Amino acid sequence: MAGEERRVLDSDGIARSLRRIAAEIEDQIGASNQLGLVGIRKGGEPLAARIADLIARSDGRSVPVGTVDITLYRDDAASMLPDPEIGPSEIDFDIAGWDVVLVDDVLHTGRTVRAAIDCLLDFGRPRRIWLAALCDRGGRELPVAPDFVGRKLEVSETDIVDVLVGQDGPDRVVVRSAGTPEPASGEGA
Amino acid sequence: MAGFAHNHLLGIANLEREDITTILDAAEAFINVSRRPVRKVPALRGKTVINMFFEASTRTRTSFELAGKRLSADVVNVTGSGSSLSKGESLLDTCRTLEAMRPDIVVMRHNASGAPHYVARRVGCSVVNGGDGAHEHPTQALLDAYMIRHTFGTLSGLKVAICGDISHSRVARSNAALLNKFGSEVRLCGPRTLLPVAAETLGAKVYADLNEGIEGVNVIMLLRIQRERLEGALLPTMREYSRKFGVAQPQLDRAAPNAIVMHPGPMNRGVEIHPALADSERSVILDQVEAGVAVRMAVLYLLAKDQRGTSPEQAAAMGARSAES
Repeated sequence: MAGEERRVLDSDGIARSLRRIAAEIEDQIGASNQLGLVGIRKGGEPLAARIADLIARSDGRSVPVGTVDITLYRDDAASMLPDPEIGPSEIDFDIAGWDVVLVDDVLHTGRTVRAAIDCLLDFGRPRRIWLAALCDRGGRELPVAPDFVGRKLEVSETDIVDVLVGQDGPDRVVVRSAGTPEPASGEGA
Repeated sequence: MAGFAHNHLLGIANLEREDITTILDAAEAFINVSRRPVRKVPALRGKTVINMFFEASTRTRTSFELAGKRLSADVVNVTGSGSSLSKGESLLDTCRTLEAMRPDIVVMRHNASGAPHYVARRVGCSVVNGGDGAHEHPTQALLDAYMIRHTFGTLSGLKVAICGDISHSRVARSNAALLNKFGSEVRLCGPRTLLPVAAETLGAKVYADLNEGIEGVNVIMLLRIQRERLEGALLPTMREYSRKFGVAQPQLDRAAPNAIVMHPGPMNRGVEIHPALADSERSVILDQVEAGVAVRMAVLYLLAKDQRGTSPEQAAAMGARSAES
């Protein structure tokens, strides 16, 4: 399956990107604000945990982490509903008045983020919702802009970006052309 | 995850094990929606569900109504009394009239066994059986299965005693069918007058003695004794029934150490179940009610999802076929 697949971030690159995102979050969201991270399932889930851990280690700030599953909030309900591989949306802290950073692996059309924002608002009214993405591959279909980005990718519209973090093998981000077999997990769009 | 390739949910008999697992897995996710501050997701926005209940029901109808509303579907309730059915319209004409209002799913309860199946063959929308006569009550069996799986982590290899008026019970039938599919042992317990003639065809062992029937079981599933229907005819008195078939702590002690007590409701405290037992921590009766909403959300979601595969042309063709038949 080599040849059609190229690695755009290795384990060190991912670690560096997450460190920078964590530092920017600390910088921009002052300690006087209540800060929580919410990963978008499934790709954003391990990344949110990693970033929270980095923030805790750097300035001792304890940052709660939640997850949202956007399956039931998708905007393509009229054309097709996805298989109900619906994970729980779990946010154990009261987000009302908080600064919440949504974390996703790959930012693409912005539709996932739109759905995640809707889901988040069903849990309460945060003071501000921010957006962090490990990779930004462009191709927006909604007016969504990230606040924190690890790496911008130049890929063609049909390419598939796989973020493999905390799975079999070393952490990595690979780009493959459509039709190449999947390494392990699906794409975050 | 496997899909759910059914247009209707008419009975447990038509489902494969994988279908049941798909529904229960989806329900796991939906139960969390009901526990959030905002108990609603937009998944079925723009879909219409008609609850057609030709037989009295509060909990099942409310449960389906909440399930639809928590998925953002529009839910309309039609009840038997005061509807056109009591004005002489045939069941089929009632259904065609409602169908012309373009619902996506019709949930139907009827006192005639097979009524939802009859309607399902003749309308273009999805039909969910909310209980038909003494035949099937699939969503009740599914929510019971949800509770059992939630408690024991499996639906296989368990012993389940279903106790009470078995012969009139669609709940008993659907539950027996479901548990059989997963290889659990089903025991039907009740006075001889309330056991079906050919109970063995349900794949169950039959016990006319409660104490024998619940020996070592993991689940005691109690059914309501319908006072109005039975007293005098099939049972001498309620007191006698309660003495011989009522479940209290001493009976529970004969079951397995971790056994749970279930009841589809409405229960008669002091008849089939001792009041203290109904409120004990071994009783999961109120958890069943909560699971009911989640399981019905899963059913509505899966049926609505499969409708996406049907193009308007196909739907029109289905409508044409039904008009010919």
